[in-house]
Amino acid sequence: MRIGIDVGGTNTDAVLLDGRRVLAAVKTSTTEDVTSGIVTAIGELQRQHAFDPAAVRAVMIGTTHFINALVEARRLAPTAALRLSLPAGASLPPMVDWPRRLVDAISGRAYLCHGGHEFDGRHIAELDEGELRKAAEDMGRAGVRSVAISSVFSPVNAEFETRAAEIVAAELPGVAISLSHEIGRIGLLERENATVVNAALRELAAHIVDGLASSVSGAGITAPLYLSQNDGTLMDVDFARRYPVATFASGPTNSMRGAAVLSGLDTCAVVDVGGTTSDIGVLAGGFPREATTDVSVAGIRTNFRMPDVLSIGIGGGSLVTGEPADVAVGPRSVGYELTAKALVFGGDTLTATDIAVAAGRVAIGDPERVAHLDPDLVRAALGRIAADAADAVDRMRTSAEPLPVVAVGGGSILLPDELAGTGEVHRPEHYAVANAIGAAIAQIGGEVDRVYAIEPGHRDSVVDEAKQEAVDRAVAAGASPSTVEIVDFDEVPIPYLPGNATRIRVKAVGDLQLGG
Amino acid sequence: MSWLLTEAHLTDLARGAAVLGTGGGGDPYVGRLLVREAIREYGPVTVLDPDELADDALVIPTAQMGAPTVVFEKLPRGTEAVAALHALETHLGRRATATMPIECGGINSMIPLVVAARTGLPVVDADGMGRAFPELQMETFGVYGVPGSPMAVAGERGETTVIDTGPDNRHMEWLARGVTIRLGGVAHIAEYAMRGSDVRRTAIPRTLTLALTVGRAIREARERAADPIAHLASALGGTLYPHLRVLFRGKLTDVERRTEAGFARGRAAATSFTGEHKLELEFQNENLVALVDGEPRCVVPDLVCVLDAERAEPITTETLRYGQRVTVVGISTPGLMRTPEALAVFGPGAFGLPYEFRPVEYLADFPPDG
Repeated sequence: MRIGIDVGGTNTDAVLLDGRRVLAAVKTSTTEDVTSGIVTAIGELQRQHAFDPAAVRAVMIGTTHFINALVEARRLAPTAALRLSLPAGASLPPMVDWPRRLVDAISGRAYLCHGGHEFDGRHIAELDEGELRKAAEDMGRAGVRSVAISSVFSPVNAEFETRAAEIVAAELPGVAISLSHEIGRIGLLERENATVVNAALRELAAHIVDGLASSVSGAGITAPLYLSQNDGTLMDVDFARRYPVATFASGPTNSMRGAAVLSGLDTCAVVDVGGTTSDIGVLAGGFPREATTDVSVAGIRTNFRMPDVLSIGIGGGSLVTGEPADVAVGPRSVGYELTAKALVFGGDTLTATDIAVAAGRVAIGDPERVAHLDPDLVRAALGRIAADAADAVDRMRTSAEPLPVVAVGGGSILLPDELAGTGEVHRPEHYAVANAIGAAIAQIGGEVDRVYAIEPGHRDSVVDEAKQEAVDRAVAAGASPSTVEIVDFDEVPIPYLPGNATRIRVKAVGDLQLGG
Repeated sequence: MSWLLTEAHLTDLARGAAVLGTGGGGDPYVGRLLVREAIREYGPVTVLDPDELADDALVIPTAQMGAPTVVFEKLPRGTEAVAALHALETHLGRRATATMPIECGGINSMIPLVVAARTGLPVVDADGMGRAFPELQMETFGVYGVPGSPMAVAGERGETTVIDTGPDNRHMEWLARGVTIRLGGVAHIAEYAMRGSDVRRTAIPRTLTLALTVGRAIREARERAADPIAHLASALGGTLYPHLRVLFRGKLTDVERRTEAGFARGRAAATSFTGEHKLELEFQNENLVALVDGEPRCVVPDLVCVLDAERAEPITTETLRYGQRVTVVGISTPGLMRTPEALAVFGPGAFGLPYEFRPVEYLADFPPDG
């Protein structure tokens, strides 16, 4: 058995799984301290389906807590960003393009020192240890509690970041250190941004992770605890403590992967219908397709691997206006006030939920209050929703092949049984807790992203070496070796450079190895 | 007629320069930040119309050369392009009156603005490519008789090299490329020093203004929830790039890349949303030709621009990905770029393509099979 928990801004959902069978599923409110909400959820699971805590083999938690902390600029540690690049990069110091509010929220301090590598491995400049010690002393005087270290081309050669970390740690014992080559890929500003964000979240991560661990062990569960990452894979608690930034996009990822498991489809479009919007993503081979453009989080440019999600303004609370001939649904919504404003709940606003009730799709609130609606208007509004959803799914498709559609989320009752051009809409059981299920079934991954100089005739051996390293990393992170496979491979030649310089990205994943 | 370029212009300018970069020219994001920081420190930049230059003014264009992927990682020190300019001034024994872009597409629309902000020199509203190209000899300056030499190349350690190959711009490109690799894959340059009268004779005029116009049209369309492509087409109406044709709307189905002679060559394929039509793109850093159902519809030097289907955000050849939803447009270029002399240097034949150049407004409106 395993337990999956999703800690969202509003709800904490939990599921108890045996293999991929759902034994119990509960929804509770998220609490200010996070942990008591989890204790309540585990207790509810126990009530729904009594289980022996010792029989639980793993607990997986997905949370939006860290991304919310950044967006709300709260509980962030005073942070320094130390970059090794001089004489290059002087004109664009760390955090140069951040919103002022966030630089202030982390009392951000930027330091530029000598170091970094060229694309071909030469040093831009030698490390100046005296310069680094001076920077560390200054950080100490300024009350810095967390340090992010970046170096040019560190994804290719991390020696300078590692050495700088030793020097800073010796000067400032007890200060948390985050290294950019462990966090991001090629693209200095974006990788550095992610590293600084990570550094600023380290104290909160330690606090939250301790809380999660104690709430789970408080329930008598001794199994290991994991957190889910952006790409649908898991990290252990110690990793989560050091890399909180890796949880940022786990919400949509878990919801999509949960939908896949509930429906038994691993290549499909997932439509997650909430109160205000519907998020449409595509799963290929069980993993969300990634966004290819740089992703901005709270106004900070990063190159995180995020799922490619298209949002449209249709949800359970969407306002329905107009006549049958020109009916409009959304994008305005009553949002969380649905239970006060919708007609079926005694309100005065016609919402998409009222339409669903009038059409007999669902029985909530008081159906009498929508009995007077013009059947033509109800039909037209449902047609509008179906057409918009079909269009959005179509835009996310990459081939003319039919793509099955899985509907999850509380508002999925708005969708028809079939979408034009795509076919049947699957509505799995337990659709409301897809996030928690996605967390529970997450896998373990390993990744390589590096520039290689490929000599003529040696491409295959370089590619094999990169793939093997990704596999080794997945196994080292806890994947069962026999289940590990390469799920993503990308090779981009770098123009204008000799020696066939090529950037290779590989991702390998496997099932979590569950101990005895 | 001169005007002040401020921080407020930069987002529109960068997006417009990315469109004119036709998939190459480097991501103007880093360039935009460099200019923004320089303007914040030194103040706004004076932009001069080419008509305002004295005949004997000395204009020294400045630029960055090298691998865009390296620029993502090794950010400039900020002083390199100024060092290149000063090195060339010293070599020539004359001070520049103004600087100018050699390339209005991509990051090189921005580098002369950094130089202008830091030195107080004005920047001339013109360039020598009218778009982006991969090599230094692919300049209308050179096509119409202005030599690139002597040129200066500078790195971030303050080092400079002067290269003088006389009238041979292709050999200059080859030597400068070698120096750039030794400098770590990116260098800053000053070249094609010329008189004001030569600017008027050989440059594509008002291309900074053009990039601003393009960027602004796309932004304003988004703000009004209007169709950005239609907005862009009407904004181009009064410029030297008057014809915009939508060549294709669809999803990318294949992207293939290879490195040849130091360039990222490749091709991409797309299928229309209806599934009826096929698009093929060929690129060498920049998009070179768009074929619809096997027939060329837009050929270099006319602009083949791949834009995100939703927001009309330009997509670079490096970030083309399977599954992207795109609108591909062709944009006509000025007559100066379409003469036999110009086509010999940067027409389809110069890239080894087996197509004849025909203006996009002809190819798109009068397809050969009727």
